[in-house]
Amino acid sequence: MVFDLTDILPALPEMILATLALVLVLVAAYGGESARNAQRVTRIALGGIVLALALIWSSSVGNETAFGGMFRADSFAGYMKILVLLGTFCALYMSITPLAKDDINKPEFALLVMLALVGMMLMISANDLMSLYMAVELQSLPLYVVAAMRTNSLRSSEAGLKYFLLGALSSGMLLYGASLVYGFAGTTSFSGIAAAVSADQLPVVFIVGMVFMVSGIAFKISAAPFHMWTPDVYQGSPSPVTALFAIAPKVAAMALMMRLTYGAFGSIEAEWSQVLVALSIASMVVGALGAIMQTDIKRMMAYSSIAHMGYALAGLAAGTQQGALGVMIYMTGYIFMGAGAFAIILLMRRDGQSATRVADLQGLSRTHPTLALGLMIMMFSMAGIPPLAGFFGKWYVFLAAVNAGLVPLAVIGVVMSVVGAFYYLRIIKIMYFEDADEPLDAEIPVANKLVLGVSIAVILLFFIGLSPLLETAGFAADALMAQL
Amino acid sequence: MIDNWPILSIITFLPLAGVLSLLLIRGDERSIAQNSRYVALWVSSFTFLVSLPILIGFDSTLTGYHFEEKAVWLAGTGIGYHMGVDGISMPFVLLSTFLTPLAILASWQAITVRVREYMIAFLVLETMMVGMFVSLDMLMFYLFFEAVLIPMFLIIGIWGGPRRVYAAFKFFLYTLLGSVLMLVCMLAIYIDAGTTDIPVLAGHRFSESMQTWLFLGFLASFAVKVPMWPLHTWLPDAHVEAPTAGSMILAGVLLKMGGYGFLRFSLPMFPMASEYFAPLIFTLSIIAVIYTSLVALAQSDMKKMIAYSSVAHMGFVTIGIFTLTEQGIAGAMFQMISHGLVSAALFFCVGVVYDRLHTRDISAYGGVATVMPRYAVFFMFMMLASVGLPGTSGFVGEMLVLVGAWHVSSWVAFFTATGLVLGATYMLWLYRRVMFGAIVNDAVKNMEPMQMREFTIFLPLSFLVLLFGVYPMALLDVMAVSIQFVLDGLSANGLSVLAQN
Repeated sequence: MVFDLTDILPALPEMILATLALVLVLVAAYGGESARNAQRVTRIALGGIVLALALIWSSSVGNETAFGGMFRADSFAGYMKILVLLGTFCALYMSITPLAKDDINKPEFALLVMLALVGMMLMISANDLMSLYMAVELQSLPLYVVAAMRTNSLRSSEAGLKYFLLGALSSGMLLYGASLVYGFAGTTSFSGIAAAVSADQLPVVFIVGMVFMVSGIAFKISAAPFHMWTPDVYQGSPSPVTALFAIAPKVAAMALMMRLTYGAFGSIEAEWSQVLVALSIASMVVGALGAIMQTDIKRMMAYSSIAHMGYALAGLAAGTQQGALGVMIYMTGYIFMGAGAFAIILLMRRDGQSATRVADLQGLSRTHPTLALGLMIMMFSMAGIPPLAGFFGKWYVFLAAVNAGLVPLAVIGVVMSVVGAFYYLRIIKIMYFEDADEPLDAEIPVANKLVLGVSIAVILLFFIGLSPLLETAGFAADALMAQL
Repeated sequence: MIDNWPILSIITFLPLAGVLSLLLIRGDERSIAQNSRYVALWVSSFTFLVSLPILIGFDSTLTGYHFEEKAVWLAGTGIGYHMGVDGISMPFVLLSTFLTPLAILASWQAITVRVREYMIAFLVLETMMVGMFVSLDMLMFYLFFEAVLIPMFLIIGIWGGPRRVYAAFKFFLYTLLGSVLMLVCMLAIYIDAGTTDIPVLAGHRFSESMQTWLFLGFLASFAVKVPMWPLHTWLPDAHVEAPTAGSMILAGVLLKMGGYGFLRFSLPMFPMASEYFAPLIFTLSIIAVIYTSLVALAQSDMKKMIAYSSVAHMGFVTIGIFTLTEQGIAGAMFQMISHGLVSAALFFCVGVVYDRLHTRDISAYGGVATVMPRYAVFFMFMMLASVGLPGTSGFVGEMLVLVGAWHVSSWVAFFTATGLVLGATYMLWLYRRVMFGAIVNDAVKNMEPMQMREFTIFLPLSFLVLLFGVYPMALLDVMAVSIQFVLDGLSANGLSVLAQN
């Protein structure tokens, strides 16, 4: 194969970020283990993300492939990458101050996040079983490490180990499924796989392979019943890491799921749709019921994210362009709700110690009215109350589900959203209906203020920007449908 | 010139401008509280004034929607920004803008903590209520319909009584469960018709089986809102725990959202299902009227009693609507407006004495009439209006509903009329126990007479109750054409009930 520069140019943002990550290795190594160096590394990483954002934002909406068709840069990839970059930016930006306080003030942190980010972006652009697996591993391995970043905390080490073991298991499933699919199709490219199968001539082995692959990715988006790691990892990891987990990798894994199902398995939609319906129902139920009893807010957010993935999968299960559009709208609202909520959770400290029990929010409306208002808006939005962003996400995913004839799924979904509303309301109750015994620390870093402010604005005014958003997401969904 | 103003948008969003100015108030806690009260009162009064042109400029001889506003929202998807009023929604818009300043005035002294937040919640609530009634787009309607829950949840939960948390959660989750089922139906409607524009949907024909499901989905939401037996249990809790002004708005406007929904969605869009399910609605409503009247009779808490009486009165409304006759629907509309005024006034009556004695227990009172004679007059007037005394607005609505019910079945009319007797019983008994008799409680002796502020709240309410009682055409004329339009839509579907008339 002849090497040609135009063959790798569509992956320019990824290459810039990867190069930057390698440079950061040097900065981290020679700059020393100081908190100042950690901040320096983080700032450079943030600059890199902004650069990548600008590149993707300004790039023309084409449908290009790179690396011999293993990498696809279309408007769908652009849309999802912007979400992932925004999410990572928020999480990394807010980590600067806690970095100085927590014992995760190591330069490696931002560096590892950068590597994971490259992995996430490759996942979104994956167009081949090889690049799919490579991207998933590149995303996962650094995240296993950052989960265990707080070395003197038993919880954090436990989180890292658990994440690694279950993650390795899911990678195994993914790989096994991929090998079965490859064995039948004789090719690793998504379009080749799609061409090799047709709905009326379908060996069981191929379906088994498909189910294994979907399950492997379901683990990454923490859809029930592959969600078991999520609460422990969310709770055990240092809060800035949890914020990252909650926002960015979910979007990337969801994008990968869409690429795989709409692309490689596009011709057997009826088969994977059933799997996604089951995953969706299980996630909505587990997420809604599991969160009720939680006393730790990070654990609660873990169940909340499981439920959110369930709603998004309801749109995906429709298997239509409308479904893809619904998922994209949903994920757009999701990253801002996550960023806004974690902007406040990161501030939950008392006497310098992280205090993440739900009860620690008691009387927040009196001690920190703005934070309480912000968290209230996030909670109402997550509960799907209009006119906030979360409602429109639900509207579009359930629209797709109902349109595809999945009415029972939609009914279960909306009923579970009422159950879910209970625990979101509980947070509001604790903040507003109860009085504080001990106030949280008053110091609010600029980063959190900014992220919270932007998130509130986006969520409150989502309905204004919905029209252009629908148009952009519509293009992206068309690109996804046309990838074959 | 003024015709071109987007007056409905102005009415809807004016209170939000008040919210912004409330956020800007600075100073110490006392002055913030006092200024917030004034700002909220002025903004809501001004909103009421601004809403008067839609009454004056309303041409009740024309069918269709007035003061329509259309704008592009989600281009190319059949979802748009569409506002307008007809004879059915216009009275509710005015009811909302009329009651909000009164409710704010009613909480002048009762609310002493977090006054600014309280006023913000009320102004947001007003925007949502008005927006809901003027929306002519189904998605917009749903946005406002559901968003009402947010301020009301906070009003009950923050400024409510001892069991406020339970009441607020019950209110929110009950209503939400009904609403999300309606949401699924709205999705199905949108998919079937390709638009969410309400006037277009009213002309869209849904298949018979689809109508059945859609009707049930919408019923789930509206039956909780109205509330209809057996989905009414959130209401007594919410009313008892809510602050006085919260109860006024809850009973005055929020309960009407269900009845309005039936008239705006169920009847025009699912005519066949409406006829098919009418006997079910009658049964539930008759049970509501008789059962909740009996329950009201057994209450020892004044607010709870009036809350149960609300359920009974709303039973009249649902019976009236589903008679599918002109008298029945007009009566239901009239009853809704009348109940909006009367129940708000009655809840305020309870609030007046509660502010003085801090108990709602009927047995703690007795002989109040000797201490507060002017209050006794107003209370009696509102009590009689609630009972349906001729000359008050309550009479007209109930009478028309009974006439409508008679067209359908004499049994329905008979059972409905039982509610009138029971209603008179518990209300008169309540009045006797609170107002007359010897003063047993020493605290009653020291109760302050009525203040000017309280007088100003009662006066406009009493005036309207009396006006609609002696001159009901003031209201009926406005509604007539729109009700006829709904009925024409029904008869276009060849419904048998109408063939009888």
